[in-house]
Amino acid sequence: MKFSALALLKQALSGEPWPEQWRSPEPKPAYDVVIVGAGGHGLATAYYLAKEHGLHNVAVIEKGWLGGGNTGRNTTIIRSNYLWEESQKLYEHAVKLWEGLSQELNYNVMYSPRGVMMLAHTEHDIQSAKRHIHANRLGGIDNEWLTPEEAQAFCPILNISRDIRYPILGAALQRRGGTARHDAVAWGYARGASALGVDIIQNCEVKGLRRAPSGAITGVETTKGFIGAKRVGVVAAGHTSVIMQMADVQMPLESYPLQALVSEPVKPVMPCVVMSNTIHAYMSQSDKGELVIGAGTDAYTSYSQTGGLHISAHTLDAICELFPVVRRMKMLRNWGGIVDVTPDRSPIIGKTPVEGLFVNCGWGTGGFKATPGSGHVFAWTLAKGEPHPINAPFSLDRFRTGRLIDEAAAAAVAH
Amino acid sequence: MLLIECPYCGPRPELEFRYGGEAHVARAADPATVDDEHWTAFLFWRGNPKGLHFERWRHASGCGRFFNCARDTVSDVIVKTYKAGEPKPDAARLMTGTTP
Ligand SMILES: Cc1cc2nc3c(=O)[nH]c(=O)nc-3n(C[C@H](O)[C@H](O)[C@H](O)COP(=O)(O)OP(=O)(O)OC[C@H]3O[C@@H](n4cnc5c(N)ncnc54)[C@H](O)[C@@H]3O)c2cc1C
Ligand SMILES: [Zn+2]
Repeated sequence: MKFSALALLKQALSGEPWPEQWRSPEPKPAYDVVIVGAGGHGLATAYYLAKEHGLHNVAVIEKGWLGGGNTGRNTTIIRSNYLWEESQKLYEHAVKLWEGLSQELNYNVMYSPRGVMMLAHTEHDIQSAKRHIHANRLGGIDNEWLTPEEAQAFCPILNISRDIRYPILGAALQRRGGTARHDAVAWGYARGASALGVDIIQNCEVKGLRRAPSGAITGVETTKGFIGAKRVGVVAAGHTSVIMQMADVQMPLESYPLQALVSEPVKPVMPCVVMSNTIHAYMSQSDKGELVIGAGTDAYTSYSQTGGLHISAHTLDAICELFPVVRRMKMLRNWGGIVDVTPDRSPIIGKTPVEGLFVNCGWGTGGFKATPGSGHVFAWTLAKGEPHPINAPFSLDRFRTGRLIDEAAAAAVAH
Repeated sequence: MLLIECPYCGPRPELEFRYGGEAHVARAADPATVDDEHWTAFLFWRGNPKGLHFERWRHASGCGRFFNCARDTVSDVIVKTYKAGEPKPDAARLMTGTTP
């Protein structure tokens, strides 16, 4: 089935419900590639494996429902203005794919390049923002400096008065940055992958990784029995350490709860995304009208998928100061996701010491933006057994060689 | 917010504390002699368990002292806190009869 204006009209007139957009098969005994985790990254990987590498005998195994992890819990900020060349190439690869994704998938992912503005509140912030802008210019990535007045012109509800606790001293703006509809990204890739023959198996938890006497991977133990695989790609975000432990692979990851909240829906007031790393707050407005607000992580590692109340309260303090117009609004929902944080705040995409076992993780608080690019290069890696030039620097081995891609020191917080 | 029992001061709200990461990660006694693998493990590998986790906390807005804590990362229940330098408690024994 192909979506088009005509298809919409016919469906509306017929009064019938839409057909299911992907198959829900029982697992086959074995596959060429098994992906663990049906988040956006895992589904995109499966899609590109089938689409670009001719591998159709592929399964994506998901313990809950597809897109129910961080993909369905994030605040959907998309941008590519990272500091280091390696990161710029990776995230820009994704932004380029975002631009054509709705057409590619024949599914509206509502990619909206409405501009992402990152505020500077201190002298250090200004220096760091300008350093990013210069580095981005060298990398051919748009990012520009705005004065407080220009920032307010771009986002009229911004409070630029000088007497607030953290006055706005300027901002870095990436105009091509923006947002997309998170669920639609998971659904669009699931639909595309399923149509190309990929089996998406939900409500099936991976409980073990089976290995041959040589040590090589032979498949996964699941709640639906053993499923054989020549190659396994683990794309399990906050649960990556738990799964890699099943093959005795040590990971440089810590899992933290990260929270977000949405307000009651209102008429459009916010034309862009605004982020403030220094005071831990960011906000945009969804097409439904809800203000989507991102908070920080808890101080301690946890798999509890909730997060402390004081974390979101702290964020709301900052939001009320930056956007006084929202002070009397009600927050409707508040939730958490478990994010997998690396020491350098850059992802790990590549091989592991175990033959046939590959991993794509460490996206932490900011991997939604990379979904198409991450799936694209990870599919290459799984198909060829070697990393794509874009993800080669993001190896697990960098923690031994010391060639870190330190976006942590660059941004203090990264989204 | 957690209620954390400082072994020196007693129970206090989480806001008074700083998290200090995984506990019992010992620096090599003779750093000059260990290889890259050892440094990688010391600096970067973390257990990150889904279950009982041994971690350091510092009572920053209290006595200022570091201590260790055993917490279940699924329920966030704190099973035990103990002074720095005391041996790591037996995980199996700690988990029985504490959390659902
Ligand atoms: C509150 C919040 C806000 C965020 N905001 C942004 C943002 O604005 N911009 C941005 O770029 N990023 C953001 N992120 C980060 C982003 O959500 C993630 O980096 C990204 O979505 C990760 O996608 P994924 O497909 O790797 O993981 P997930 O979507 O989490 O998918 C992993 C899947 O693996 C499954 N799984 C786990 N264990 C097993 C098992 N044993 N067997 C089978 N399946 C298993 C899980 O159920 C899950 O569905 C945010 C995250 C959160 C939590
Ligand atoms: Zn104390």
